[in-house]
Amino acid sequence: MTTGVLNPSHYPARRAATVVQHYLNTRYGSPYRWIFLSKVHSGSAEDMAEMRKYQLELTMQEMISNVSGQCSAELLFPGGEGQSAPQVQASCEGLLQSNPTAQEEAFYQQHRASNNMVSGSNIPDSYGHMEPSMKPFWHLGGVASSCIMLRESNESTLYNMAQVANFTQLETEKDQLRFNYHVLLHEMISQEIIHWKLLVTWSPEQGVKVLQTELQPKCHDCEAPPNTTN
Amino acid sequence: TMKGLLVLTVLFVAVFGKETFEGDQVLRITVRDEVQLTLLKDLSEMEYLQLDVWMETTDLSPSVDIRVPFTSLQTVKAFLETEDIEYFIMIKDLQVMLDEEKEQMLSAARATAPRTSDDYDYSNYHTIADIYAFQDMLVAENPNLVSKIVIGQSYQGRPLNVLKFSTGGTNKPGIWLDTGIHSREWVTQASGTWFAKKIVTDYGRDAALTAILDKMDIFLEIVTNPDGYFYTHTSNRMWRKTRKPNPGSSCIGTDPNRNWDAGFGGPGASDSPCSETYRGPKAHSESEVKSIVDFVKSHGNLQAFVSIHSYSQMLLYPYGYTRTPCKDQSELHNLARKAITYLGSLYGTSYRYGSIINTIYQASGGTIDWTYNQGIKYSYTFELRDTGRYGFILPANQILPTAKETWLALMAIMEHTKDNTN
Repeated sequence: MTTGVLNPSHYPARRAATVVQHYLNTRYGSPYRWIFLSKVHSGSAEDMAEMRKYQLELTMQEMISNVSGQCSAELLFPGGEGQSAPQVQASCEGLLQSNPTAQEEAFYQQHRASNNMVSGSNIPDSYGHMEPSMKPFWHLGGVASSCIMLRESNESTLYNMAQVANFTQLETEKDQLRFNYHVLLHEMISQEIIHWKLLVTWSPEQGVKVLQTELQPKCHDCEAPPNTTN
Repeated sequence: TMKGLLVLTVLFVAVFGKETFEGDQVLRITVRDEVQLTLLKDLSEMEYLQLDVWMETTDLSPSVDIRVPFTSLQTVKAFLETEDIEYFIMIKDLQVMLDEEKEQMLSAARATAPRTSDDYDYSNYHTIADIYAFQDMLVAENPNLVSKIVIGQSYQGRPLNVLKFSTGGTNKPGIWLDTGIHSREWVTQASGTWFAKKIVTDYGRDAALTAILDKMDIFLEIVTNPDGYFYTHTSNRMWRKTRKPNPGSSCIGTDPNRNWDAGFGGPGASDSPCSETYRGPKAHSESEVKSIVDFVKSHGNLQAFVSIHSYSQMLLYPYGYTRTPCKDQSELHNLARKAITYLGSLYGTSYRYGSIINTIYQASGGTIDWTYNQGIKYSYTFELRDTGRYGFILPANQILPTAKETWLALMAIMEHTKDNTN
């Protein structure tokens, strides 16, 4: 494991920075706010008792408004055998400048009444295309995926959402829009496509919450893939 | 009949010289009684409003469809509301609808088979049949520059086609480019197609490319994993590997970029057939890989080897299987820096660069580790756009920008190779 000053071009800093991206989306993401890592400026890693601690200076970009901001982040990857999620702290300047409140509110009002449940599939499709009306659901899928990707991340993984396989709107409950999502995640080191089913809620006040997650088997008659030798 | 009405309207308006329907709306008005019908008739006869009745009421339908120019909208709607005449907006912006329809017709036209490589739609993704037909067209149109070599067959028997770009001579030093070794990386096959056309377009017109081809041959394999590519169209867009079954397993395919004899068997690949990075039963077990191995060995004079993947926006050099720096690290690093600077100059796309093992991960049995160990010094792997937002399913409108910026990097590598080859 690399310790000390990290080369911003190399993978250890990059993987940690991606975890920060997932954290920011979990915290701040919405159908109109989706954040991606733009650049790693500097970083360092150190061994602590049972943990690995990273410090990073990053630029993140919000994809809908194209606003960028500088972020300072600290991550703790737990050591040992347990599969617990990394802990992240981040503070960003200027990143959340965009104000999607009006769009979020309009979207929320449009979909909270129960008389027209929305659904969609293959977002984007094989050609990278999606209907404009599906875009906020794509963003929402990406943000919900960030919750899982954050939870599943460690120093040997790099996750992105590859596609929203499908989503279905459920009855609004307790003022939260509710959806079943089936997402495909791409894990870069193993190159695997991992299927997850998620129960997702969202409202402008409460943000995105993932209530249930269910890992889908890779294929019916296959053995589960073992861990890639590192 | 809707379309007929549309055409009539367009003709009618063309006669009157109106150029755009921006902001015009089509209202469907439901009249309740004779009084309302008369009111509506009077309204439609007011010339200054320029109302255009598309569909009159009939005995069967109480609705009237009227196109209302943008400038008359407020007046008309106020009138309808005052008179309590029911209506709804059928078309919110006629110009937008016409533009969308035109676009649909154009793309339908594009979908019919191109007759020349000039007609081919480089800004779209294509089936393997389309690409193979393109290859034959390019050869037919440029018989003195391009030929097709079949270096082998895929597992399912598809030809492995390599385009040779050559100005003649025997055993000239060569440059190899391949795209699509991982079938789901669609922007690479699409870019490879564009590169092929670019080469024939620029020979004799661009001094740098002409100088390269006068001294060296270029070999381009566009669909390096045809079975996988076919599968991504018909069954699973996310398929990466070959399609060869594995005895004793229900899982199919070997990762063609872990199947080369460089660090084979070491960490950085999987020994499970169900894994996306399965190395295969032995090195060069896949015909898609073995065919290239045989070609490289029999050519004997390749000076550069570039294998193109997506995504992540990186330019990588050996090694992936070991942390030991390759002996030409310094030169390859500097050339990579130059290449990605040129790449970024076009649209500002930023790339990282470095050795595989430092920049992305440890990977054994990789293509360019093998080619480098064969003595092909300028061995590089690209990871094209993007960095994860779309990933493998990059929108088609990014194909041309990706191909164009990547070409600048390839030219830097090819020029340097030419200048350092005897």
